[in-house]
Amino acid sequence: MAAERVFVVVLGSDQKGIIARISTLLYEKNANIEDVQQKIMDGTFVMTMLADVSECACDTAGLRDSLEDLGAQMGLTVMVQAESVIKAMQRV
Amino acid sequence: MTIALEDVFETAGMILFENYDIRAVTLGVNLKDLVHPDPFRMAQAAGQRLGQWGSRLAAEAEAVSESLGVPIVNKRLSITPAAWLIEPCPDQNAPIILAQALDQAATEAGIDFVGGFGAWVQKGSTKADIRLMESLPRALSVTQRLCGFLNLATTRAGMNLDAIARLGELLLEMAAAAPQGIACAKFVAFANAPEDNPFMAGAFHGPGEADVALNVGISGPGVVRSVVERHPDCDLTMLSEIIRRTVFKITRAGELVGRELAKRLGVEFGVVDISLAPTTAIGDSVGRILQAMGLEQVGAPGTTAALALLIDAVKKGGSMASGRVGGLSGTFIPVSEDLGMIEAVERGALNLEKLEAMTAVCSVGLDMFAVPGDTPAHALSGIIADELAIGMVNHKTTGVRVIPVPGMQAGDSVDFGGLLGRAPVMRVNPFSGEKLIRRGGRLPAPLSALRN
Repeated sequence: MAAERVFVVVLGSDQKGIIARISTLLYEKNANIEDVQQKIMDGTFVMTMLADVSECACDTAGLRDSLEDLGAQMGLTVMVQAESVIKAMQRV
Repeated sequence: MTIALEDVFETAGMILFENYDIRAVTLGVNLKDLVHPDPFRMAQAAGQRLGQWGSRLAAEAEAVSESLGVPIVNKRLSITPAAWLIEPCPDQNAPIILAQALDQAATEAGIDFVGGFGAWVQKGSTKADIRLMESLPRALSVTQRLCGFLNLATTRAGMNLDAIARLGELLLEMAAAAPQGIACAKFVAFANAPEDNPFMAGAFHGPGEADVALNVGISGPGVVRSVVERHPDCDLTMLSEIIRRTVFKITRAGELVGRELAKRLGVEFGVVDISLAPTTAIGDSVGRILQAMGLEQVGAPGTTAALALLIDAVKKGGSMASGRVGGLSGTFIPVSEDLGMIEAVERGALNLEKLEAMTAVCSVGLDMFAVPGDTPAHALSGIIADELAIGMVNHKTTGVRVIPVPGMQAGDSVDFGGLLGRAPVMRVNPFSGEKLIRRGGRLPAPLSALRN
């Protein structure tokens, strides 16, 4: 079962094609990107993408594996977390 | 409303860099209906039920962890206290037959530990309680995943010194029965044991529980340490506020995981235990939190006060986050499982007496500490009686998990491996309390027990 919306968190060294390659992968998996934020924090590139994965071709674990593989190729740390977890922690 | 990048990053960072995880999901399973005079029949039925629930728990916990992106480290089961299950079984071997069936079921289902091999004897022992107590050295050494407990004191009933005197001897037998005294790491002696505790070794499924209930233990020493380190100069009022906010967040994630997992299993969601539970991973240490608060080492003057502030902030933050806070919900200060604690003992900053003082303000007692293998039984009984007296008088849970390591002396070090960590062997006060322990009898309940 896929969570409805997930945050894809990417961090590492800034380089060309991060947004392009991550969003292409999400597109290929039939996920819809609803929000993107990015920033350089303490010299590290940090990006979060909020994606609707309810029509995703694979489950969250499958999506996570693909994104982590891509992250490894690019030397980036990629993490996929359910929006519900972030909301529970960050909203009273 | 969009969640700010910083907030998303903070949550991700807790897992990526600060060892945040769900330490244990523990499914409590009622076995009372399986009581039968034939211990083989009872044990087989118990094993079967645990096997079924265990397999489902392991699979669903994995699925929830993957779906939410929050690691779940241990999957555990707890059962109706085993002494009640063997009540009608006069067979002396009944406890061992049950122990082996439970252990086998856990292994086959991929469950880390089964808790509840214990008895309530704070006021007196039934014949079955005694059979179970006497079986502990063997039961905990011929099994791998079984955990045992005894509740030896309550605020309402007082303390059973006869049982504690016998337990001292049994602990030495237990220590001799398996390498490095490891069986003792799977046993805890309690005062005021909670019936819904998800943490081992003391988990069991109490008499007030439903057929099945899911309890969740979260872990966050690394997260709290990190936030305290980021505020090196604020005063303690502000520090309390900062810790409260952080614990609120980690408890909310625990609550969400518990709710989701209980829903999938179709069972009652029991409690979130908000205890800070350290591991030997670097930084995932309650000792290091206390150091970050301003102590050179744990044990330095101010340690008990620092711990009191920490546990108070943990409870307040956790209670705000979940209406189902329960279990132990204290702060674990196990010696062997916490690098900051190990270091404090090795550097001579922390001794057994100061450790005992610390447990007066924080659950859960003297945990995972090693003493010399030649420590007399009456000294072990005395250590347990002292610690349980703190719990009994102060209306709180305290426990003792002590490992007398055969062949080792104070200053030696024993490595248990894995989550159990490495324990420096601590010095025990050489003066004797043997006469006191030999008196036996019952320590009366404190006056504060008379509340009706």
